[in-house]
Amino acid sequence: MDQSKIRNFSIIAHIDHGKSTLADRILEITEAVSAREMREQLLDSMELERERGITIKAQAVRVSWKGHELNLIDTPGHVDFTYEVSRSLQACEGALLVVDAAQGIEAQTLANAYLAIENGLDIVPVVNKIDLPQADPDGASIEVADLLGDDPSHVVRISAKTGQNVHEVLDAIVERVPPPAGEAEAPPRALVFDSSYDQYRGVVAFIRVVDGTFTRREALRAMATTTRFDAEELGFFSPTMTPVETLTAGEVGYVITGLKELSSLRVGDTLTTVANPASAPLPGYKDVKPMVFAGLFPTDSDDYPELRDALEKLELNDAALFYEPETSQALGFGFRCGFLGLLHMEIVRERLEREFDLDLLVTAPTVAYRVLERNGDWREVHNPAEFPREVEEVEEPYVKASIIVPKEFVGAVMELCNDRRGTFDHMEYLSPERVHLTYELPLGEIVLDFYDQLKSRTRGYASFDYDLAGFKAGNLVRVDVLVANETVDALSLIVHRDFAYDRGRLLVEKLREEIPRQMFDVPIQAAIGARVIARETVKARRKDVLAKCYGGDISRKRKLLENQKKGKKRMKQVGAVEVPQEAFLAVLNIGQGQKSS
Amino acid sequence: MTGARHLYVHLPFCAHRCGYCDFVTVVGREGQHRAYVDALLRELELERAALAPALETIFLGGGTPTVTALPELVRLLAALPEAPEVTVEANPETVTPELATALRSAGVTRVSLGAQTFRPQLLRVLERVAGPDDVRRAVHHLRDAQFDNISLDLIYGIPGQTAADLEADLGDALALEPEHLSCYELEAKPGTRFTHAWGEELRRQADAMEDYFERVVATLTGAGFRWYETANFCRVDPARDLRSRHNLAYWLGRDYLGIGIGAVSTIENRRWQNTPRLGRYLAALGAGAVPERELEDVGGGVRARERVMLGLRLDEPLPLAGLADAFDPTGLARVEGLGLVERPDAGTLTLTERGRFLGGAVTAELLA
Repeated sequence: MDQSKIRNFSIIAHIDHGKSTLADRILEITEAVSAREMREQLLDSMELERERGITIKAQAVRVSWKGHELNLIDTPGHVDFTYEVSRSLQACEGALLVVDAAQGIEAQTLANAYLAIENGLDIVPVVNKIDLPQADPDGASIEVADLLGDDPSHVVRISAKTGQNVHEVLDAIVERVPPPAGEAEAPPRALVFDSSYDQYRGVVAFIRVVDGTFTRREALRAMATTTRFDAEELGFFSPTMTPVETLTAGEVGYVITGLKELSSLRVGDTLTTVANPASAPLPGYKDVKPMVFAGLFPTDSDDYPELRDALEKLELNDAALFYEPETSQALGFGFRCGFLGLLHMEIVRERLEREFDLDLLVTAPTVAYRVLERNGDWREVHNPAEFPREVEEVEEPYVKASIIVPKEFVGAVMELCNDRRGTFDHMEYLSPERVHLTYELPLGEIVLDFYDQLKSRTRGYASFDYDLAGFKAGNLVRVDVLVANETVDALSLIVHRDFAYDRGRLLVEKLREEIPRQMFDVPIQAAIGARVIARETVKARRKDVLAKCYGGDISRKRKLLENQKKGKKRMKQVGAVEVPQEAFLAVLNIGQGQKSS
Repeated sequence: MTGARHLYVHLPFCAHRCGYCDFVTVVGREGQHRAYVDALLRELELERAALAPALETIFLGGGTPTVTALPELVRLLAALPEAPEVTVEANPETVTPELATALRSAGVTRVSLGAQTFRPQLLRVLERVAGPDDVRRAVHHLRDAQFDNISLDLIYGIPGQTAADLEADLGDALALEPEHLSCYELEAKPGTRFTHAWGEELRRQADAMEDYFERVVATLTGAGFRWYETANFCRVDPARDLRSRHNLAYWLGRDYLGIGIGAVSTIENRRWQNTPRLGRYLAALGAGAVPERELEDVGGGVRARERVMLGLRLDEPLPLAGLADAFDPTGLARVEGLGLVERPDAGTLTLTERGRFLGGAVTAELLA
């Protein structure tokens, strides 16, 4: 294909602003798929994605429009996958920025738009859902145009749902997005912008050929991981897999690698050929590191092998998932898992429960801390239980948070950010009604319930996104919880020293409500080192008898006791105390009144 | 096994159904008393093989057995086998001098009176027909008829009952010098009219009433009574064992035969419950057939587990022989560590005083 006839583009949008519907409509209009065989939202393949309205795995689809080859590269829509989004964007020359005509710009719109601009993409602004009665195409167009420094008249106004004006979007892509500029004769280089794992064919890499030509059966090499493999098959999606003999500069397609582990081929890596290797990889490769950690334990300890198998299988499909065995005194054998962010954690958890039918206990999420050891080495700690009780220096990850809210909630959002140790960065009016705030916040303050709090304090109007902004020193301490004088490792938390007293108190209060009365008094304490900072007591039960038991109701009474016994088995045994599973999540619910005033 | 030595006879008739009651009862139907007694005797005949040649106890429970037409009740008693302990349950207002004398002459040795409470306002909450004086009168009539073994049932934890009310009830009961007392915490059983009306109130009062059980035990043992079972107390008499021998049979895990509607029998590995429906019961036995029954297999260690559950209700140590599989060793070790059970000697197990107040939880813990 003549490079000048190729256009590679992505669609970027906030969740629910209509990205998938627009993609469907494009496929339909270009007759890649007939309306009849159209499965709605074709690009979102996993069941879970469909339900949550988000896309995790990118795919690329080739369509034809007025003599041009258009490659639509799908991007994940969420903050946790920023790196993956940026790789997808790097494979394109242009992007459609889709904004809901009723909602206007949201935090994710901004984050992704900036990402696209940083990647040097030409942006075609699109205002969608103009068919809705509450749509304000003029207002939304002005917001988008302001954001891009463009003229509102350049905004394409469409309804992806009805198909109205979608052809104008295709025309705009051909006219405004430049063709790829690679060198067809140079040694081959292709960007791996995504990958997935097929049970029968191994790792499938989605690639954008930048320079040169790749041919079927050629020996290839991934430049960062140095993995070598043969191109078992090359092809593109239209939208079904269509094998070809070659993929040339500017084209987008797939390579079937035969590799058995997703981790051997990283997103962002550069492929070249063994016979005619490129001298330098494409820029931008990063080793993505998980930032949010939580313990995953089977509710029934007998299910440990099933959990291990399930994680092994998930890892094949999710190179960002990290896990290692963890043993908790309180919860037994499980895994400490690392995630890109909270949504990633939620997705993994749901897949484990849904696809593998596991009953899980997930401990409160925490972040990666960097701790200075006595010997002068920095160590990364992923688990509060491993956080030293005495630390010289500790660093915690920070994020740059972007929040968009109606102006009446600015005060509430600022208060929340201040409570969470945020540093105000920037505020601007996107429109007379809507304000964009940026804050620098410790990630550790966000992982618990920040998003829930933000939603509840803004009656659901706030949109939120964040980007990692490196590590900074923090005055952090480890707060331990003792139940009946035994430290419960799974309840330890790392907090800023100034908040330690309040959170410790709230946590023990919450635990007192969650732990049922036992056959003896149960003291619950929060402590920093040996110093107890808060204490509550679950008073012993004074009576627990079955009042009557005669010949007529022996069976019924026996069954009552058997049920009582079953209830006990569902609890986790901490020393002599039975602790219900919910109590381990108590730390998640202490955000409400944690102001230090 | 040579057959059950304990017989339960269910007499379901009542003058009125109390709101808290979930027993099998029948209000009215005076016309069917005769037919019912016929049916009972027919069932007894059909199950004769299940009974031992000599019985130890017979218990006539209800319902209100003494609401049964007196001639029918006397005819029934006369037709039953002999036993050293024959107990009849009675509501105080039904006990006339004639009834007391008739029961005594028919071989009844023990009467269990449903007193429940002596506070008029609390009797109204329970929808009891009798007044406090009916209880006193009933005891006197029974004594006059030479009954030397009278038990009173008391209920505590009644909505609105204060600690002072409870102490007054215990005092009033003790003043009547019964040989035996059963004290039950009121159970708001799901689905009863009472729970519907008072469930909320009971939940509100739960904390305030938490120590009532301790009070009952302290007051009665203080008055010299033996707390021989979770909810049962008897006077200590060097000459006689005043425990309910019939109920003791249940708690010791013995076999028993129950006849009448809703009655349960347990013989070896089989347990069955008769239909609770009067019409069907009468029809079946009228045709000479056993009534419809719900069967339950209590083999496979079930009875051993029940022996643990029931035996630990008693103040005497539970012999452990043959019960090893009924215990969860971890749970047992745990409650032992908490000082809730102890082993008076290698072969027995018993609840400690504190363990007895937590008997349900302790048993759930140590049962396999």
